Amino acid sequence: MDKVRRVISVIVANEAQVLARVSGLFAGRGYNIDSLTVAPIPDTDLSHMTIVTRGNRRVIEQIVKQLHKLIPTFKVIEHEHMVEKEMVLVKFPIEKPLADIQALCQAYNGGIVNVGTEMFIAMAADESIRIEHFVEAVKRYHPIEIVRSGVVAMER
Amino acid sequence: MKMSGAQMVCEAIIAEGVKTVFGYPGGAIMNVYDEIYKQNAFRHILTRHEQAAVHAADGYARATGEVGVAMVTSGPGFTNAVTGLATAYMDSVPLVVISGQVPLSLIGTDGFQEVDAVGISRPCTKHNYLVRSIEDLPRILKEAFYIARSGRPGPVLVDIPKDITGELGEFVYPESVDLPTYKPRYKGNDRQVKKAVEAILNAKKPLLYVGGGTVLSNAYQEVRALAELTQIPAVETLMARGVMGAKNPLLVGMLGMHGSYAANMAMSETDLIISLGARFDDRVTGKLSEFARYADIIHIDIDPANIGKLVDVDYPIVGDVKTVVEKMESMIREKVDPDRYQVWREILARYDELHPLMYHDSEEVIKPQWVIERIGQLVGEEAIITSDVGQHQMWAAQFYPFDRPRQWINSGGLGTMGFGFPAALGAKMGHPEKTVINITGDGSILMNVQELVTAAENKIPVINVILNNHFLGMVRQWQTFFYDKRYSETDLSYQPDWKMLAEACGGAGYDVTTKAEFDQALQSAIEGGKVTFINVAVDRFENVLPMVPAGGALYNMLLEHKDQ
Repeated sequence: MDKVRRVISVIVANEAQVLARVSGLFAGRGYNIDSLTVAPIPDTDLSHMTIVTRGNRRVIEQIVKQLHKLIPTFKVIEHEHMVEKEMVLVKFPIEKPLADIQALCQAYNGGIVNVGTEMFIAMAADESIRIEHFVEAVKRYHPIEIVRSGVVAMER
Repeated sequence: MKMSGAQMVCEAIIAEGVKTVFGYPGGAIMNVYDEIYKQNAFRHILTRHEQAAVHAADGYARATGEVGVAMVTSGPGFTNAVTGLATAYMDSVPLVVISGQVPLSLIGTDGFQEVDAVGISRPCTKHNYLVRSIEDLPRILKEAFYIARSGRPGPVLVDIPKDITGELGEFVYPESVDLPTYKPRYKGNDRQVKKAVEAILNAKKPLLYVGGGTVLSNAYQEVRALAELTQIPAVETLMARGVMGAKNPLLVGMLGMHGSYAANMAMSETDLIISLGARFDDRVTGKLSEFARYADIIHIDIDPANIGKLVDVDYPIVGDVKTVVEKMESMIREKVDPDRYQVWREILARYDELHPLMYHDSEEVIKPQWVIERIGQLVGEEAIITSDVGQHQMWAAQFYPFDRPRQWINSGGLGTMGFGFPAALGAKMGHPEKTVINITGDGSILMNVQELVTAAENKIPVINVILNNHFLGMVRQWQTFFYDKRYSETDLSYQPDWKMLAEACGGAGYDVTTKAEFDQALQSAIEGGKVTFINVAVDRFENVLPMVPAGGALYNMLLEHKDQ
């Protein structure tokens, strides 16, 4: 069976251990995590986790079911039609061409977010695949550091 | 009412109707033991090892259907309990295990006897809690019992820091549980059930595949009624022995690695598997790509994650076996023609005649299978049989005439050696009126042999029948078959004096080398009313047969071996 990429949202009770339960489940059962983000849902006692994983049909089905089986899990959404965004921060030495990089960032919904005496930080926010393109494109400017946020997604 | 956290623990145990608790005290759980000392509502049995405490609570739960409770201290007390938790988790046994923890202020500082109990137990409990505030304790205790017994049952750990058991708080034990994130489904979708019933009516060779879930959901009457009504033959898993009843003509036998020829052929040739609380374990299916190639599958399970995990399912039904089978029976009642499956039943009967489950008895040496059959003849339906893990376990499953569910208690999923004796203690506490016999081996029994003292002290007269082949028999059998007879570390010729060992701890012991001696020993053990070891010298090289070699197709059974 072919491996597919899946974005899964897990709505969980915002309580101690819950991240460990989810990540432990993936580790213990040998599932992949490409990325995992988690943050509280405003005005509730719930958290929203977005997990990007890959596996064949049976594995993906098991992941969804096993996630649902965890006691603090409220809801599991296997995304089909979604808006998917990821952010990346990239740090450059101050000597690099700031204007060129700013123009590049703007093409990826970003810009320059911090300028210091020795370095500056650029940001882009877009779909994962476009973020990959962005990271490829900025490599020619020899960035000092790249930090990706992992995916957040919302069903449309 | 204001009370300490320790009192709350006792009040919850009382409120849940638990009559016996098994455990072992220590620093971090002392506050609770102080309250246990002051009360008379439930009994506490002091085992001599924390692992045994959890197995005993497990045996109690399996024998009675109630939630078993065990209590241990922090650190090593808890880590000793982990094997017990994992054993219960794999077999879906409802347990609540209370562990002490270092005080809140010390957590994370590598304190004395500190270990991350919730971290360690996360993959082998249904759920676990670290209590962080006395206000949460009543709710957590209530939830623990509820989660343990509802849905697919399982063990729940409640880890309580010592300062919380010492602190005073307001105690109102909740009437009910409100967990918006946990809603087990019992009913089964009507449309799916209807489709499944249609499939049964259209099948030519349907087969009831009866698993341990039918025991857990107390569904044996419904399952027997469905079989009776439709005249569809049934195979049982290791965990389901007793559900159909040994004398039931529709029972083909146990299937799987050491299942009967007829049962495995039934599974290989059926055109419709009706899976009732079974989970297509690798010891049942053999090679998956060759498993039940001609069959559509109806899978009834309360745990959705079991459905479609290993095999593709045509009719998935999430629900409690008892409820769903009841529904099925009422839908099928008017429509079914029991004669439809007559030919199929005849085919299976012929398979059974061709290669019945059998062994070659001997007059020179006692055959282990004979011992099992003999126990069956002498105490049969009346007894509860527990077992350890290995050859003796398989012979017990093959040859004992189990007539009712909860009569057969063994560690099927995890395969925990050392389970049988403490589980027998728990079963006997749950059913003092019944004879409880642990069928064990000379390897397994030593893994919780200290419980002789517990049994003698508390006058729990369980009988351990040691099928003694001076080998780690099952591993030895694999070495014979698959490792060219290189008996690496399986020769257990050096042994204790079993009779003296039992007597030294306050029990009774018998050494048996003939059939007549065995009868006499069992008789004396039953009448003696003491914890007993019956050490039976059996044929050293007897093998468990038939056997599906690991990874092989279910229909490719070794029926005999040249060394036999």
